[in-house]
Amino acid sequence: MLQNYFPILMFLVVGVLVGVVPMLLGWGVGKVLGTVNPDPAKLSPYECGFEAFEDARMQFDVRYYLVAILFILFDLEVAFLVPWAVVLDEIGMFGFLSMMIFLAVLVVGFVYEWMKGALEWE
Amino acid sequence: MTWTSLNAGIALPEIFLLCATCALLLIDLFVSDARRGVTHALALVTLAITGVLLWCGYSPAPELAFSAMFVADPIATLAKGGMVLGVALVLIYGRSYAADRGIYKGELYSLTLFSLSGMMVMASAVNLLTLYVGLELLSLSLYALVALQRDSVNATESAMKYFVLGALASGMLLYGMSMIYGATGSLNVYEIGHRLLVGEGNRLLAVFGLVFIVTGIAFKLGAVPFHMWVPDVYHGAPTVITQLIGSAPKLAAFAFIIRLLAQALEGFAPDWRGMLIVLAVLSLAIGNLSAIAQSNIKRMFAYSTISHMGFLLLGILVANPVGYSASFFYAFTYVLTAAAGFGLVMLLARNGFEADQLDDYKGLARKHPWFGFMMLMVMFSMAGIPVFVGFFAKLAVLKAVVNLGMVWLAVFAVMMSLIGAFYYLRVVKLMYFDEPVNDITLSGGLGAKIVLSLNCLALLVMGLFPNYLLSMLNDAVVFSLPL
Repeated sequence: MLQNYFPILMFLVVGVLVGVVPMLLGWGVGKVLGTVNPDPAKLSPYECGFEAFEDARMQFDVRYYLVAILFILFDLEVAFLVPWAVVLDEIGMFGFLSMMIFLAVLVVGFVYEWMKGALEWE
Repeated sequence: MTWTSLNAGIALPEIFLLCATCALLLIDLFVSDARRGVTHALALVTLAITGVLLWCGYSPAPELAFSAMFVADPIATLAKGGMVLGVALVLIYGRSYAADRGIYKGELYSLTLFSLSGMMVMASAVNLLTLYVGLELLSLSLYALVALQRDSVNATESAMKYFVLGALASGMLLYGMSMIYGATGSLNVYEIGHRLLVGEGNRLLAVFGLVFIVTGIAFKLGAVPFHMWVPDVYHGAPTVITQLIGSAPKLAAFAFIIRLLAQALEGFAPDWRGMLIVLAVLSLAIGNLSAIAQSNIKRMFAYSTISHMGFLLLGILVANPVGYSASFFYAFTYVLTAAAGFGLVMLLARNGFEADQLDDYKGLARKHPWFGFMMLMVMFSMAGIPVFVGFFAKLAVLKAVVNLGMVWLAVFAVMMSLIGAFYYLRVVKLMYFDEPVNDITLSGGLGAKIVLSLNCLALLVMGLFPNYLLSMLNDAVVFSLPL
């Protein structure tokens, strides 16, 4: 019974190693080879253009939301496309056309956002 | 899986509506603001064809499609017919109102038609996930529609409230559904109903699920104590959207309740009956008493909707086909009555003037006797005065409740309707016996006025001959629910 969970244990171990080893490696190699020359910009966490610590209720451009929403919308389809492509041999014409209908609906949305100018930054 | 095993022809009206809406969305991109009438006409043609397809596809026996996720049974088909009609009335009455307020855009039409697709999926879904997807398609379209008037503080505020509370309600509903799934191991409405009836599954967990589902439904329906969003949304939204929210979705909600409570959770009827009694009694009391204090007619209609939803729940809690068909009749006629009421409010509104104060109706009957009379018919029908259809709707529900032996509940409902009659008759009094305080002019085209008049006269005609519709809806319920 418990043996059934062995792959999961392996998965956890590999996951931890993938996370921890590069970090230790980077730290160790840096210690040996690197020179220490800090300045405030280098030591602050990277936060894509915003100050890392300030009032969370600041205003920022509504276009970020727009881009994020459009990204999520069209990003999700990949999650469907990959498994679909893997089993395309088995699901045949029915599976192929089902995905085409799904993509056609997405294309309608894409044409709409393009024509409305949602993709233009200025 | 093959195309024939999908049986997709059953869903032809929905498929057509969805394709036509997508086409409309794209066509509107190439239509200039001045020629928006093209979009308007195409939307009405789409609704007409959808109605014809529904008519042609009517079958008395339930037929399943999409691996038993979708059913076309008489309840669904008739409810969809009512929704298509309700949405068509919204577009017809709302045209000049929307044009005056800068919301006469393609999105008004595409979002309205998407919300209709959501309602139609809700009516036909027999799988908990499909039910939820339909509900979300309806709700998300409505949130956006309420906020369509972006510069209006009231509209954005009410859209925000609607969104937050609607999301909470969806969460409750989904939580309840997950518990039902956990208890029975199935998402199919018929399958769940069968397993719970024969006593399979974890009953304690299913009862917990039931409580969450009833809460979610009450939120969406706007039944007390989950009604707080209704007045604000009705008030804040542009009247054309208020009409949309106040009419067709009530039929979708009815079908939704039938699927969840009468079909899936049939075995728990004694449990949910108690909950619905509490909801109905509170809705009737608070709805009618609060409506008296309103000076804004849209808020008044909102509280009156709450009390009407109390009546709708009264029919459902009877938990037999007689009660369900009485509720169906109530919802069906309420769609037409509410559409006419908001249509009249929009008829009086013009650019920069909403006509939403009760005082704006003073002396209406002297200046415009015909439309004053129309408003009188709507008010009489909502109050449940005989000859008008609202009376027979209330009568059918009360008869079902009395047959069940709950006379006290029927007496309470009648007393609350009597209190309700006060604020409906107050509008009639203002129109007929008070001096006009401002010059009342009518907006809207000739076509809208004719349809509005026919709509109001239908309330009278349906009241004179209620048996035709009542027996049709009764047959639909009997054919759809396995006995």
